[in-house]
Amino acid sequence: MSEFDILHQRAKCFYDSFERKAELQHQTHYCPGCGHGIAHKLIAQAIDELGIQDRTILVSPVGCSVFAYYYFDVGNVQVAHGRAPAVATAMKRALPHGVVLSYQGDGDLAAIGTAEILHAANRGEPITVFFLNNAIYGMTGGQMAPTTPLGEKTTTTPFGRNPWTEGYPLHVSEVLSSLEAPVYIERVALGNNKMIQQAAKAVRKAIANQVQGLGFSLVEILSPCPTIWKMEPADAQKWVREELTKVYPLGVFRDKTKEAQPRPAPVPAPSLDELPKIFSAKEGRPPALAPAAPCRRTVDLRVKVAGFGGQGVLMLGQVLAEAGLDAGLEVSWLPSYGPEMRSGTSHCHVRLSNHEIDSPLVSRPNVLMAMNEPSLRKFLPAVEPGGWIFYNGTSLPEGAMRTDVTFIVQPFIALADRIGDTRAGNMVMLGAMLEATGLLESEWVASALARLSKSERWLDLNRRAIEFGREVIHREVSI
Amino acid sequence: MPKQLIKGNEAVVRGAILAGCRAFYAYPITPASEISEAAAYYMPQAGGAFLQAESETAAVNMLYGAASAGVRCMTSSSGPGISLMQEGISYLAGSELPCVIADIMRGGPGLGNIAPEQGDYMQVVKGGGHGCYHTLVLAPDSVQEMCDLTTLAFELADQYRNPVFVLADSFIGQMMEPVEFPERAILPPPPSWAVRATAETRKNLITSIYLDPDALERHVRKLAAKYERAEAEVVRFEQVETGDADLVLVGYGIAARILKAVVRLARAEGLRVGLMRPITLYPFPKEQIGDLARTASAFLAVELSTGKMVEDVRLAVNGRKPVEFYGRAGGSVPSAEEVLGVIRNIAERYSLVRGQSPEVAHV
Repeated sequence: MSEFDILHQRAKCFYDSFERKAELQHQTHYCPGCGHGIAHKLIAQAIDELGIQDRTILVSPVGCSVFAYYYFDVGNVQVAHGRAPAVATAMKRALPHGVVLSYQGDGDLAAIGTAEILHAANRGEPITVFFLNNAIYGMTGGQMAPTTPLGEKTTTTPFGRNPWTEGYPLHVSEVLSSLEAPVYIERVALGNNKMIQQAAKAVRKAIANQVQGLGFSLVEILSPCPTIWKMEPADAQKWVREELTKVYPLGVFRDKTKEAQPRPAPVPAPSLDELPKIFSAKEGRPPALAPAAPCRRTVDLRVKVAGFGGQGVLMLGQVLAEAGLDAGLEVSWLPSYGPEMRSGTSHCHVRLSNHEIDSPLVSRPNVLMAMNEPSLRKFLPAVEPGGWIFYNGTSLPEGAMRTDVTFIVQPFIALADRIGDTRAGNMVMLGAMLEATGLLESEWVASALARLSKSERWLDLNRRAIEFGREVIHREVSI
Repeated sequence: MPKQLIKGNEAVVRGAILAGCRAFYAYPITPASEISEAAAYYMPQAGGAFLQAESETAAVNMLYGAASAGVRCMTSSSGPGISLMQEGISYLAGSELPCVIADIMRGGPGLGNIAPEQGDYMQVVKGGGHGCYHTLVLAPDSVQEMCDLTTLAFELADQYRNPVFVLADSFIGQMMEPVEFPERAILPPPPSWAVRATAETRKNLITSIYLDPDALERHVRKLAAKYERAEAEVVRFEQVETGDADLVLVGYGIAARILKAVVRLARAEGLRVGLMRPITLYPFPKEQIGDLARTASAFLAVELSTGKMVEDVRLAVNGRKPVEFYGRAGGSVPSAEEVLGVIRNIAERYSLVRGQSPEVAHV
């Protein structure tokens, strides 16, 4: 039985021995006087106090603290340089009950990882970030950090940091405090015992915020690096206290802990049986049904539809392909351009066949549907002899003539005005094509239209346009 | 379940969610953005996480986080974005984290253009990041395969604890074909090695650092053994009329679809031409191509590039037979007739026998 009370002891969420050191496993791998050991202790004590050891995930960076997982007996994930906030973001979203801590140095967070920390903070990710600022690159041997004070000599600023060439010390806490989302940002220092006491409070609060479900919390910890600074530990601590705090004033930069609200819980997931239904909701229309009377004809339609963007080229092709699907045929639809190319020419390749479709690219069309002159001129030579050409115009342009194909020339788009909307010109042309080739039954086209039309009004317009197109073909055929 | 006419890019997302993907992180880029857009719409409804990341660098590290948490996760991008992800992919492979990456290839190098190309072959199949690792690479040539191979990608990723690519191009991504989706959704339990913020998983560690050379060599050899196992187990390919082929065409993705038409046209002319389509680009069907080298007189690799996969074909053929190459790049796509012209030329140069035209040429 113990004859004394234990007031201070190793935090329970530290391992009993540290395998990082082969011999002295009661020691860390950190240098004497290094701030990491103290920062680790403060975090470990907070984890103990909050009783969250099992729920804690520590995301460790690249730098001297890359081996934090040798000390913390919590879930550990070691990540790429600067990317800890991105990793922590996804871990927290996957495991909302977890307490995700990101531990990063100044090279990691304030140089290579500026995008990740800025955006994690701006999204208000409910994670906790510990930013160890010792104003130098420690692990790589003393290069300049974004946080190195002006005039300081480092291995990469041998003449001292010069603002004209290296810029100014980066004030991370101040920068992040300009954002709307963060809940808590404080800068503390490991400059003496009093400062360390304050740091302990800040560390605990930053973790407690997350336990309560509140948003983004960050504690910037000014930390000594005696080895690289080439100072005795006591002098290094003094330098933190007296010099570094001049460049980086201590204090609370943001505290919305009282008014912050937890992030709303996500919508509950549907059961696995119900899950596939989310895919039918988007269309707002019934999926294709097995055709009542599948197509019995031999079909090998190779269609090229071409025109200006906005003429409904892609839609025409899509209705054709959907109708083919309802006819029980193999189909493919291939657009020729990406969605960001506006107002240029566009075309699509459509194939309908009884057989498996080899290439969805139509290089030898047997039907060309050209909605403007450039499209006609471009694709006319490729049309297979005996093929059909539907051209939107009053007459064939000069030189665009072939005698081994059938031309249907009508001002389809202008004609659509007669049924009330020139935007249905593409469907007038489709109607003419369906009637001329006689390949697809009306019912297949009707069901395709029903699925693709965005409203009743459009469905009605498109139906009438196709019917009108079917009639147009019997009026006049110019060759 | 009836077939639905759907874009390749959307088929990827549906396939992913039905395969248990519950985290999607990506940065927009044409021609892959539709994958993100579909994921943004469906993922929250499935109870999963969707986030548009601040960069591809962030996106791939978000996969690192989701995968560490034991969640099936995915991203999508195109060439320039994949280049940015390479750092993270190396870390994922090094830490043995499963994830699926869809690369909808566009024209390069640099900003290039948004038209279809197959120029990412080297950076995806050979591994564009640092260190001794591989990614498994699946190359769909249809919208149905965009769904099916995405499903397979998740299975392989978990099985091998490794990133798996679905390598397509902007044609396969943007075209519509009928697709039959799996009727049942699956959601495998999280793997035991994941860090899940629980007492049971507290001892778990995800890392790729092994400072001791012996330890790192052991780790790298363990990875190598895994890839060797994958080479023995997961090779997939499709052969079309290769049995009696004098000339074997080799192509993947949209190029393979064109080559299927080419085989038909060439056969109609009496040329004994077949197609070997690798479905897995890593592992590459090198043994099968080696077998074909015994019977075929020559090979012709056709790509939407200036010649990348052809190097793997040459390694597989190993000098036993000539390997020719034909490619278009920059977004230009060879027509079937154009490739047929190349074949006629090859047939002449190698004096390939022109047999009887089949009775009925299906044209």
